[in-house]
Amino acid sequence: MKQKNYKGWLYLLPAIIFLGVFMVYPLIDVIIYSFEEGYSFVTQKSTGTGLYNFQYVLHDTYFVQALRNTFIIVIITVPVSTGLALLISLALSSIKPLRNAFQTIYFLPYVTNTLAVGLVFMVLFKKTEYTDGMVNLLIHLFGGSSVDFIDGPYWAKMFVMCLYTVWIVLPFKILILTSALASVKEDYYKAARVDGTRPSRIFYKITLPMISPMIFYLVITGFIGAFKAYSDEVALFGTDLNSAGMNTMVGYVYDMLYGNSGGYPSFASAAALILFAVVFTITCINLMVSKNKIHY
Amino acid sequence: MKITLEHLTKRFPNRNKKIKEDVIAASDLTFEIPDGKLIGLLGPSGCGKSTTLNLISGLETPTEGRIYFGDNDVTDVPPENRGVGLVFQNYALYPHLTVEDNIAFPLGNLRGKDKLTKEQMHERALEAAKLVQIDTLMERKPNELSGGQQQRVAIARALVKMPSVLLLDEPLSNLDARLRLQTREELSRIQHETGITTIFVTHDQEEAMSISDMIVVMKEGVIHQIGKPQEVYDHPDNLFVAKFLGTPPINVFEGSVKDGKVYIGDEAILDAPEGASAPADNASAASGRKVYVGIRPEGFIPDKNGPLSVTLNKIEVMGRDTSIVAEHPAFIGTTIRSIIPSEDLTDVSGPTVRFRVKPGKVHLFDRETEKTI
Amino acid sequence: MDKQTIITSPTAQDYRRMEIIAQRRRIIKNVLLYTFLVLCALAVLFPFYWMILTSFKTQGAYNAEEIPKFYTLAPTLQNYKVAFTAVPLARYFLNTLVFTLITTAAMMVVIVLAAFGFARMNFPGKNLVFSLFLSLMMIPNELVIITNYVTITSWNMRNTFAGLILPSITSVFYIYLLKENFEQIPEELYKAAKVDGTSDFKYLLRVMVPISKPTLVTITILKVIECWNSYVWPRLITDDKNYYLVSNGIQEIRQNGFGRDNIPAMMAAVVVISVPLVILFLVFRNKIMEGVSRGGTKG
Repeated sequence: MKQKNYKGWLYLLPAIIFLGVFMVYPLIDVIIYSFEEGYSFVTQKSTGTGLYNFQYVLHDTYFVQALRNTFIIVIITVPVSTGLALLISLALSSIKPLRNAFQTIYFLPYVTNTLAVGLVFMVLFKKTEYTDGMVNLLIHLFGGSSVDFIDGPYWAKMFVMCLYTVWIVLPFKILILTSALASVKEDYYKAARVDGTRPSRIFYKITLPMISPMIFYLVITGFIGAFKAYSDEVALFGTDLNSAGMNTMVGYVYDMLYGNSGGYPSFASAAALILFAVVFTITCINLMVSKNKIHY
Repeated sequence: MKITLEHLTKRFPNRNKKIKEDVIAASDLTFEIPDGKLIGLLGPSGCGKSTTLNLISGLETPTEGRIYFGDNDVTDVPPENRGVGLVFQNYALYPHLTVEDNIAFPLGNLRGKDKLTKEQMHERALEAAKLVQIDTLMERKPNELSGGQQQRVAIARALVKMPSVLLLDEPLSNLDARLRLQTREELSRIQHETGITTIFVTHDQEEAMSISDMIVVMKEGVIHQIGKPQEVYDHPDNLFVAKFLGTPPINVFEGSVKDGKVYIGDEAILDAPEGASAPADNASAASGRKVYVGIRPEGFIPDKNGPLSVTLNKIEVMGRDTSIVAEHPAFIGTTIRSIIPSEDLTDVSGPTVRFRVKPGKVHLFDRETEKTI
Repeated sequence: MDKQTIITSPTAQDYRRMEIIAQRRRIIKNVLLYTFLVLCALAVLFPFYWMILTSFKTQGAYNAEEIPKFYTLAPTLQNYKVAFTAVPLARYFLNTLVFTLITTAAMMVVIVLAAFGFARMNFPGKNLVFSLFLSLMMIPNELVIITNYVTITSWNMRNTFAGLILPSITSVFYIYLLKENFEQIPEELYKAAKVDGTSDFKYLLRVMVPISKPTLVTITILKVIECWNSYVWPRLITDDKNYYLVSNGIQEIRQNGFGRDNIPAMMAAVVVISVPLVILFLVFRNKIMEGVSRGGTKG
């Protein structure tokens, strides 16, 4: 028996070592960092402990801007992408010919490098001295005046940002929702049809309740994902997000850690903990709401 | 409502795409279902009976042929406009709705002048629930009900909109044996009370025989026989129907008809009916006409001087009846099973037992066409 | 309920009308559906089309187009040449390949062992350890990346493959996924193997791994996608171009790549970087989609 005990741990050993060093220890460490005031990489010393790091971060205009950007992205992209994904999935599940082809196409963005395709979006939306860009051409066509979506006004940048985010997150949501729709038994629809149920009533009374667990799952993961937005922003606006005014909370953490503005692990830690607190709170609220709304 | 099917055919493209030929689920079905009767569509799985039901409900459209409700051609009318109630094999109750909401669901679809108030819906739902005796469970969710109760909810939901036709797909197959007996009485009662033309699909011949006014026996998309259950049992049109109806199944022997006698092996067991012999010019006239001889289990009478002798295998006493299990070289299958009322049982002991047979329980089938002679 | 039906029996004419209305509805519905789906598909495909198209235009032609053209009459491969010569694209590619392969392989070993430990071995404290594992699933990467950055820096592993790879070798989620899968393999097989004197490790390799192959393939594919697209950690840990991965390479190209605004060359690089995953996807389409719906997160 004794040998068995020892053996079981042996199988877990690699995982435990890696998780210990790169997950558990950092977790404790990040909390310590966040309370150490004036810590410097060079001296490896701090001047004291306290809440100063949090205060600093919360009063930093860059952080406030990042917070605002993140919330705007979350509030716009989560409902828009979930709703659009639901529409597309519903359309997909009510056709037969070409369904596979459409599914394959819609899934493509999932397997592309977001930084690479971000460049394409940038090219499409950017105004240069040579050309106004593809999208502005369309705007001209409808009689509007051109806008620089990449270096122009805030709303324009935010628009591209949200558009790109939706483009990136749609495949996952469409995939989940089409398989959720497919798992609703055909008999329910047949029963409803024989009873002469209107399509809208079928949707609200049968389809929606049946796939509601999956929708809530998507909303929750969508919120978490959108709060952690970062690399999509880099793809469109470059690494200096602060000066582009398009930084996000995660971007702020990294900027505090590294790069031209970096070298402040304490501030980064405090910001990361604030982010975590926000995500955690929102997820809890989401879970509470979904408990009340999902009936079976 | 009277329902008429005319040359109804349904072909599906084969699922295996390599096979170009279509699957024929229903082939040239023509029959009439009289108003207010309970009809059983009977056949082994994959015989096209469910497809037939779907064609009648309108969930599927036929490749060829017409369907009439009364005198009206409804072939291309969508299901919601046909006024049919459909009960699914697994009931298809909406899991997130209460029993009442499930039953009232079809009523919520009515619009315009037919639109009902909340109270009217409640009343109608309660009425339907009372009919199937589940009016005390109205607030439950489907997963809090037993299988039998779920089935009743499904029937109530189908009845609540007062359909002109009630269709049931394998209504009893998801119930345990005891509930099945009980529910089939229940079905028969509900049908009699409402007088709605009811068609149900089943693979269980006993179920179909026990409650149907009329049964339709199908195999591979083709109708083999239509008639009152007892008639079909007593006068099967062919070997398949004879084999499919009755438990234990009919015992089939290879035999022949010669000189006005029915032979199994060398033993003439019975006088052959008129016209059973082969036509005179038939080449095989000398050796007799080759036939299958089917004998119902209850058609055997133990008789020491009987013409049919079999090798005794074992005797199973089942209370009221006794079953004699035996073997015979000309028998198709493994063991012959006969059912004898226990009080008629004379002394039977091995190794051979002799029987005579009841003429009405013996059926002759042509060896090639398998049609009844 | 009445003996007779309440619905007044429709006449033949009524039925005729119902038929026509139903048919018309079906046609309108299909036209709307397909229009919508095609528009969405175009929105998805357009960026891909544009990047491929632009990558075949000459720089001169591209810059001369004040109104961008949807086609090119003089396709050129020049941009691809530039992409591979002006920046070390091949190097980025190779780095990413090495990084992806080693990380994925190492992770598979670690998680297979751990999942087996949780699924089949019995030892005191197993449940406690497993609960701790599960609670780690809630910890976002962003929280621990700060210290990991400090750790790797203090180990002098910046700009090394070890530094890139080490923190990504475990995944609590995949261990969980695999453990669930292992537990579905009947315990009897394990007992039978024990009776035959098979060692635990041999049993794992000969029985568990082959049976769980579908899940293992799924996890591998997901991890490969994740590695190929990883950006944040490599960016923190590498500033030497010799260790850039494709994502960082693209970012570098964007910031100070092919000289001023050589967009076609940039697009050529983007095409080159996107192609491997798209091919992987088209080959393993069903596997990937099934895997992502079971264990993917993104969005």
